[in-house]
Amino acid sequence: MTREEIFEGLNEVFRDVFDDEDITVGETTTAADIEDWDSLEHINLVVAVERHFGMKFSMGEVTGMKDVGAMADIIEERVK
Amino acid sequence: MKALEYPFDSQWILKKKKSIKRTLLSENRDFIKKKIAVLGGSTTHDIVKVLELFLLDQGIQAEFYESEYNQYYQDAMFPNETLKNFQPDFIYLHTTNRNITAYPVIGESDDETKERLEGEYRRFEAMWERLEDLYHCPVIQNNFEFPSYRLLGNQDAAILQGRVSFLNQLNGRLAAYARSHAHFYILDLQYLSARCGLDAWADPFYWYMYKYALAVPFIPELSFEISKIIKSILGKNKKGLALDLDNTLWGGVVGDDGPEQLAIGQEIPEGQAYTEFQQYLKELKGLGILLNVNSKNEPENALAGLRHPDGLLKPEDFIVIKANWEPKNENLLAMARELNLLPESLVFVDDNPAERSLVREQLPGVAVPELTSPETAVRLLDRSGFFEVTGLSADDLKRSEMYRENARRTKLQAAFADYGEYLVSLEMEAEIGRFSPIYLARIAQLTNKSNQFNLTTRRYTLSGIEAAAADKEQLTLCGRLKDKFGDNGVVSVVIGRIRGKVLHLELWLMSCRVLKRQMEDAMLDTLVERSKGLGIEELRGYYYPTAKNAMVREFYKTQGFTKISEADNGDTIWSLDLTKPYKKRNQVIKVVQEDDERRNF
Repeated sequence: MTREEIFEGLNEVFRDVFDDEDITVGETTTAADIEDWDSLEHINLVVAVERHFGMKFSMGEVTGMKDVGAMADIIEERVK
Repeated sequence: MKALEYPFDSQWILKKKKSIKRTLLSENRDFIKKKIAVLGGSTTHDIVKVLELFLLDQGIQAEFYESEYNQYYQDAMFPNETLKNFQPDFIYLHTTNRNITAYPVIGESDDETKERLEGEYRRFEAMWERLEDLYHCPVIQNNFEFPSYRLLGNQDAAILQGRVSFLNQLNGRLAAYARSHAHFYILDLQYLSARCGLDAWADPFYWYMYKYALAVPFIPELSFEISKIIKSILGKNKKGLALDLDNTLWGGVVGDDGPEQLAIGQEIPEGQAYTEFQQYLKELKGLGILLNVNSKNEPENALAGLRHPDGLLKPEDFIVIKANWEPKNENLLAMARELNLLPESLVFVDDNPAERSLVREQLPGVAVPELTSPETAVRLLDRSGFFEVTGLSADDLKRSEMYRENARRTKLQAAFADYGEYLVSLEMEAEIGRFSPIYLARIAQLTNKSNQFNLTTRRYTLSGIEAAAADKEQLTLCGRLKDKFGDNGVVSVVIGRIRGKVLHLELWLMSCRVLKRQMEDAMLDTLVERSKGLGIEELRGYYYPTAKNAMVREFYKTQGFTKISEADNGDTIWSLDLTKPYKKRNQVIKVVQEDDERRNF
């Protein structure tokens, strides 16, 4: 899966979870950039991303993710 | 909404919850508004968000109070102004085995373990009692799911110090409390987690990361169960089933194959599956669920199929049998009319996707479960919770009988040329009086489920009804009607508020199963008599239109009231002058007015 495809998938998930068709995430997008992205919504995001890509994050990965780029790195690594 | 019907895609619901909420709210239904306090021993955020969706889907718009993280005990036990001002209609206690304060220790004596169990139970019991005292509303309490590990292996269930044993006993105590307290309901987390799969349910990832005591993907399963209990308490259960026959109640097509060729009974695997389904339906009938047939068949073939010697359901188990070639949506409407029910009180069960889709599109309120194979039919109906039990009243248990009596009345009616003669022949007797304790639960239930003959559609909780009964400023009446075919139970409720010499009628409702029996006249006669006794000089009636109560728009006019105002939204206000002579309206019902001494009815 190319990085482009991963971001396409991520955009789809973000738009569903935050119910906003205009969201486009990039490498450096963080929770500060999206209004409803708080710690409680974060769990939904993680679960939806896991479902979309058919993989699971470890606890360390979830706590260590600084931005969407880091999330994409893990997905890229896991879904080859 | 189909996405919220069992079997639903939990993760899809979680992901799309915002847009689902938007869609549900845009449907502009007449939502019942309720307040729900969720007191959690772990994170409850998404449980509440998803519960909101399932309730909206049932026509209930909820406002929530959510305790701070793990503050369930403090919120219940100590003064809390916010919660007090919130005035919850329901309280849900989301505790789990994570909230057990002290599990038994291996090596302690059995007596010490028993004392520990007692202590743990008392802590919960004290909360329930406090909540009952303060809020007087239904409390829904999780029981405990099994522990995720067993130090004593299989013997964890047998040795008193085992956690499995400990939680089982605690659950037994919770159940005993539920049996003896009417406002208290168990949410069977033990069953739910088992059926979802305990290992996946208790995935500790979600506990360590977010302090959820269950895996997030299962949250919709839990929220769905909470919503079932709440909608059931609010009288929103379905009342009956409209069942297809061929390939739904038996395998094969009776008209083509002949009754002897049908798959039913113990001979073949498919036949066993249909037999078990019939057994389940028969058990539902025992709970008061009305069974009906909606089948494309010649009537004699349908009956021949139902008389199959290996079938458990017989023609006499059904109230209405529609076996013809009319479209099934029209049959369903006709069936609802004959039963005096709204179509949305029915569940349509059919193996044919085209028929399901037709009914789904033509009659949006009717539940249409996705029946895909005979061996999963029982599970499909069972999990859907259409008939969630939150209290079995004597009326529930004999409902089928009451409806059958109604069907006999209809037949009798056809035999009389004159309707008045027919009414006289029913030998009706009504008991009308102020609210008395034995009827309060039924009265509250009626206020929540009567939609058609309901002038103000004001909903009451049990505590609201208790308050009205005790209030000197309010005049309450409930009426019970029986006739030679049977007892209809409590069928009409009136609540008036006394302001000076005027009685304001805040509630007037009647069950549609006694329409056109002069019961409304008998109620008015009693109301007038009692009002006069209190020195009241005017009755003032209010009609607030809803999508469902058009049948009573002119009710007060029919009863001799005069319209005194009409608002743009259709609200009307009516007046009946009691200083003028009043002629009794009811001619056919013998009325017994007894408030303190109940007759043996």
